[in-house]
Amino acid sequence: KFLYNKPLSHHPNFNEMAKMYHKEKSIQIKSSASALYNNLSVLRIAPRCLTYFTVVHANVVNMVSASWDGLNYSHRQLQSKEGNVATSSSLIMQAAWCVLPSRDLLVLTSQKGIQMYESDGSIMVYWHALETPETPTAQAVFARGIAAVREKYICVGVSSGSVLVFDVPSKGSNITLSEVLEEHTEAITDMASECSGSMECIADLVSADDSGLLCVWKSGGDFQLLNKIPGFDTSCSSLKLWKGTVIAGYGTGQIRLYEGVTGILHAEVNAHARWIYSLDIAPFTGLLLSAAEDSLVRVWHLTITPETNSVEIEHLYNECVTDTQICGAKFCDGDGYAFAVTGYDLSEIIRYTQA
Amino acid sequence: MSLRTLPLLVINMGGEMLYILDQRLRAQNETDDKALRGFWSEEDRKRVLNDIVRTMFSKAFLEELMKPQDLYSHKALRCVLTRLAHTSIMRLNPASMDRLYDLMTMALKHQILLCPRPRDFLLISFNHIDAIREMVTDSPSLVNQINDAQRQIIEMYTPLSDGELQLMRQTLLALFQDFHIRVSIFLKEKIQNPDGRFVLSTSGPVPHGSEVPGLIRWFNSRGREVRRREFPSGGCYTSAVREGSFDISGDRVTRLGKNKYSATSAEDTRTSDTSKNTSKAKQESVGPNPLAKEELNLLAKLMGGMEVWSLAQADTGIRVNLFPTDEDDGGISVGTDEPSFGVINIQATKDHQANTELTRIAAEFTEQQDQPEGPSNKGDDLLAMMDDL
Repeated sequence: KFLYNKPLSHHPNFNEMAKMYHKEKSIQIKSSASALYNNLSVLRIAPRCLTYFTVVHANVVNMVSASWDGLNYSHRQLQSKEGNVATSSSLIMQAAWCVLPSRDLLVLTSQKGIQMYESDGSIMVYWHALETPETPTAQAVFARGIAAVREKYICVGVSSGSVLVFDVPSKGSNITLSEVLEEHTEAITDMASECSGSMECIADLVSADDSGLLCVWKSGGDFQLLNKIPGFDTSCSSLKLWKGTVIAGYGTGQIRLYEGVTGILHAEVNAHARWIYSLDIAPFTGLLLSAAEDSLVRVWHLTITPETNSVEIEHLYNECVTDTQICGAKFCDGDGYAFAVTGYDLSEIIRYTQA
Repeated sequence: MSLRTLPLLVINMGGEMLYILDQRLRAQNETDDKALRGFWSEEDRKRVLNDIVRTMFSKAFLEELMKPQDLYSHKALRCVLTRLAHTSIMRLNPASMDRLYDLMTMALKHQILLCPRPRDFLLISFNHIDAIREMVTDSPSLVNQINDAQRQIIEMYTPLSDGELQLMRQTLLALFQDFHIRVSIFLKEKIQNPDGRFVLSTSGPVPHGSEVPGLIRWFNSRGREVRRREFPSGGCYTSAVREGSFDISGDRVTRLGKNKYSATSAEDTRTSDTSKNTSKAKQESVGPNPLAKEELNLLAKLMGGMEVWSLAQADTGIRVNLFPTDEDDGGISVGTDEPSFGVINIQATKDHQANTELTRIAAEFTEQQDQPEGPSNKGDDLLAMMDDL
């Protein structure tokens, strides 16, 4: 359970707002975070009282496991792969944990392909090479956008606009590419799967691209396109899907809330003064986290009632990370009791906990 | 990541280099030391700048840069910029080139970081190009060359989407990651913190196309606004200003990329490394460099037909101080374990030997170079040789 103080609204000086969160001790990482969208992934392992964090630096993923008592930290670095070479200089675009009912996998997407590891990063269970054109074109080639969908799918986006759907068995390495979804024509930026845990939601997955186009999907042997929500010519860099509502963060610094299946725009927030790099939602409480190049992390509260079709969003809290362009921000737990932040050129994961 | 970044990188870095060289060469004429004053005449300065600009904006050079390719490594980039700097009669020794490269790097990192939106990086590039055009305004053929190049740049970059331009920006940020070299003028103007990180403001106009944070609007199913509410945004933002011009000429609006050195003294361009982070960043990756071949083609093109002055016969040159010595530490003190700045000399001579054969060049420099690390092949030797220039 959580408690929070309501902030003083309309007050121009955010320092005087009641402090909802306070800063904890940062976790040092082996190398600094790169300027990439959604550059922080968090996996909570309750049975072992551990939380894993990953942060991408160039061709390497820094992985830290932190014990909840704050006493033990262990580090591991994973490298990008290329062809038959075990390590490569190819740049990693994103790293994210995919939580499936039977297993958790860590997925890395790079300029060369997609790597999937057991959740502690110890063993690589699958490698998929991206097709590269024979003669280099001006169009960059890379994979970006990672989501675990329902019981058995991991979906990954590609710079061509394709979405690759991988079928994942409950254990072992017999992962197969089951389908390629071709609706986007611009590079995929992010993807999100329904995270409320409710089985009643029709939409399972939403994908976004550089034009701001959002595609809403239903999973299955064949994925079904439920809706295409056109962009307004601005890149959508971060996405969440909760209780059927798409929460999209854009390069203009705006956040838009759409009803996934119908495409109806519920609300638009002029949230940030620079490009948004990360969104996250705490599914048990509806807390929303947004972070941007403007050095600000904001916490909001969403209330969604699908029956009455109402979507409420309320601003709760701001945190300024001085002189930092934030590239990753995630809640550390399903209630939103704590969150973590990464910034370009910073070699630490900054943490905040509710006061 | 992005395969289109190299042309803008070289033009912007080249632009910063020209700003600094121009300012330093002017300063030679204004120095109190009568023995040194007047060595670099107005004519000499203009000649140096013209020669560099002619190469930088040559069709062949730009064509090579505009091919879809990954960014060069720092090593290769330095080679190219060193070669550009040496297009004319002026020579910089490695220490000077080091300092120059540090300055260029940090200036560009600052501009890219502070760029309000990725598209504004084009405006920053145009600021550099505009200033370079001003520098060579006496030479109509050079102005034409620059205009042609700018037309190509406009054609290549303006159609790109914001997402593609952001990818370019992210590619450049990756190149400059972990560089925290402190520069006196940046520290003085409070755009850089003592730890080397740049100051990011949370006030001012929002980028073109963005809205001032602080408003939530709700819509009904027909798209009509039904409610609005404000929230405290922190920071102090104002509406976007007018958009800069993406044409050959025009008001770029942003000041990023303009010449900040015109009013500065030599002390302002002092730099100092901040310990481990920078040295780590400057370490090249140990794997074989797959770009070596392309980089060499470019360098060979640049070297072919250019006259080379042999460093081995340096005695005829007159030494000129480019940057001051550190005996008078004007006030910006840096970490105690930092290396001292040292004197940076331009060894310059107006007599030069015509020597266009690559093999003869290689023979003259081979005794001076260290054994190259890693696989020894022709490519690495040439690169290593270039490093000693």
